[in-house]
Amino acid sequence: MTVSLTLSGITAHYGTTKVLEDLDLHVNEGELVSLLGSSGCGKTTTLRLVAGFLEPTTGTIQLGERDLTRLPAHARNIGLVFQTYALFPHLTVRDNVAFGLKQRGIGAAERRKRAETMIDRVGLTDFADRHPANLSGGQRQRVALARALVIEPPLLMFDEPLSNLDAKLRVDMRVEIRRLQQANGTTALYVTHDQEEAFSISDRVAIMNAGKIMQLDTPEVLYSRPANTFVADFVGFENMIPLRAVAEAGDAVRAEMPGGAILTLPKSQFTVPSKDFILATRPEGLLAAQSGEGIPTTLGLRTYLGRAYQYQCDTPAGEVKANGPLAQPFDSGTQAVLIPQPEQCCLLSA
Amino acid sequence: MKTNPFLIAFAVLTFAFLIGPLIIIIGTSLSDTTYLTFPPQGISLRWYENIFEISAFRRTMVTSFLLAVGGTALSMLIGIPAAYAMARYRYELPAILGNIYVLPILIPEIVLGFSLMKSVAVGMDFPIMAALLVGHALLVLPYCVRVVGASLNAFDFSIEEAAVSLGCPRWKAFFTVVLPNVRAGIIAGFILAFITSLNDVSISIFLTGPGVSTLPIQLLAHMEQFFDPTIASVSVLLMFVTVGVMAIVERTLGLTFLTK
Repeated sequence: MTVSLTLSGITAHYGTTKVLEDLDLHVNEGELVSLLGSSGCGKTTTLRLVAGFLEPTTGTIQLGERDLTRLPAHARNIGLVFQTYALFPHLTVRDNVAFGLKQRGIGAAERRKRAETMIDRVGLTDFADRHPANLSGGQRQRVALARALVIEPPLLMFDEPLSNLDAKLRVDMRVEIRRLQQANGTTALYVTHDQEEAFSISDRVAIMNAGKIMQLDTPEVLYSRPANTFVADFVGFENMIPLRAVAEAGDAVRAEMPGGAILTLPKSQFTVPSKDFILATRPEGLLAAQSGEGIPTTLGLRTYLGRAYQYQCDTPAGEVKANGPLAQPFDSGTQAVLIPQPEQCCLLSA
Repeated sequence: MKTNPFLIAFAVLTFAFLIGPLIIIIGTSLSDTTYLTFPPQGISLRWYENIFEISAFRRTMVTSFLLAVGGTALSMLIGIPAAYAMARYRYELPAILGNIYVLPILIPEIVLGFSLMKSVAVGMDFPIMAALLVGHALLVLPYCVRVVGASLNAFDFSIEEAAVSLGCPRWKAFFTVVLPNVRAGIIAGFILAFITSLNDVSISIFLTGPGVSTLPIQLLAHMEQFFDPTIASVSVLLMFVTVGVMAIVERTLGLTFLTK
């Protein structure tokens, strides 16, 4: 059973504080969508609303044909994996996994069989009789995963499931999560503050800020074509240079920077969105060179990144970061130009 | 290791003061005299037999025991939900609530006893046993709330949410997931409360009346009339009950739990 999840017009408050504002979100059948953002952006609130631990002020939550909005949490049939694993400390691994089946009135023999099959799938057969206290962090998370999966929920939700694991295990576990989610074709909502984690396992990612979704798209699009300055900054476009289109010169647009310098952008490589716009680039999107068509600058401190040198540059538009070739290190104080590299740049409406 | 002779002397003295009275009481209770004396003169168990020959002791022992069990149970019925609410909604609820539950410890017991007599026994005309039960429940409530609360504060409430997400209604999750995981706190709170109730004089003295008394009060009354070693033997008996109870705690949970 594969269903879609739809949140429409969700507004939520904690007391009098508004934490979500008119949020719309659609997760397709079998899709894994991540909610990504810093703490306080509303991602966990969204998950708790879907789980039924919070009630929205307005709006509806729909899972397939079912309206969840006013349904009590225990009747929603959603598999949840928590940051703290939230295993039942007084039960063995087997009883932890069988808990949800017991609530569904499934007989002891059948319960045991299904729990053990699932425990086997997460590779914990030898640990079935242990209590959670005697398991490692990674094993606990596997139990939590098995416990959520065994009830065969139409929707799986993850609340920062890997943040208590060490770096190596985190990568292994996220692959495992993705594998199990895809194998069952279960629709999934995944909350995290880790960009790499979200991008690596999601079909689509919603970048959230201050209770709103700033952009919802595939990781590839988010990474290369952010829709606004917030998302651009979030995915590493560290330089934001405000520009104003002042003239057309054949197949190029001439744009003025603060301080009066003129930058010529070929139309074949750049699409200017409006009169006032912002050139957002990663450090590797600005190439420091002795001469060429670019932003005039005085190179500052040079640091070595392995694949390139990075310069702190003083430009008329403020301080920016730019990379330069390894073959040609420049000294601090060198007059140079920063040439925008189209594939690492992005023009955004101001 | 270098030891400071002054420190050793101080430690020995402290222990002497702690253990000395116990030795004196045990010795006194075994004395074959009709008055309290130490060291005991002759060894006899007749004052232990005497406890059970005096009907007032037998009666008050039962009363005290029922009060301790009933009062503690009553206070747990109030204290566990209160502690749960305060732990579960610790950010939503005002912090002062927790302090209100400790008031019975802060108010001098004599004052508490007097006000209970004025309000419950006289004002509301409660039967003696009911008034005593209310008084003892109030007296031990801080222990229940605090000790169970300490367990609940260490409890990760996402465990409860996990149970709910797996299809368990909240009321059921409270019994199947929350309570089993704070069991140690409930047992420890029960024992602390039980002992406090069993030893209480100041509140009971205001609430007891004709025909109903508690063991500690009967002890006082007995001592006013007779100066025989019976009170010492009752004390020893109470001591062993307490030690026995503590030994059970130590065996099942470890005493370190009480100091947490």
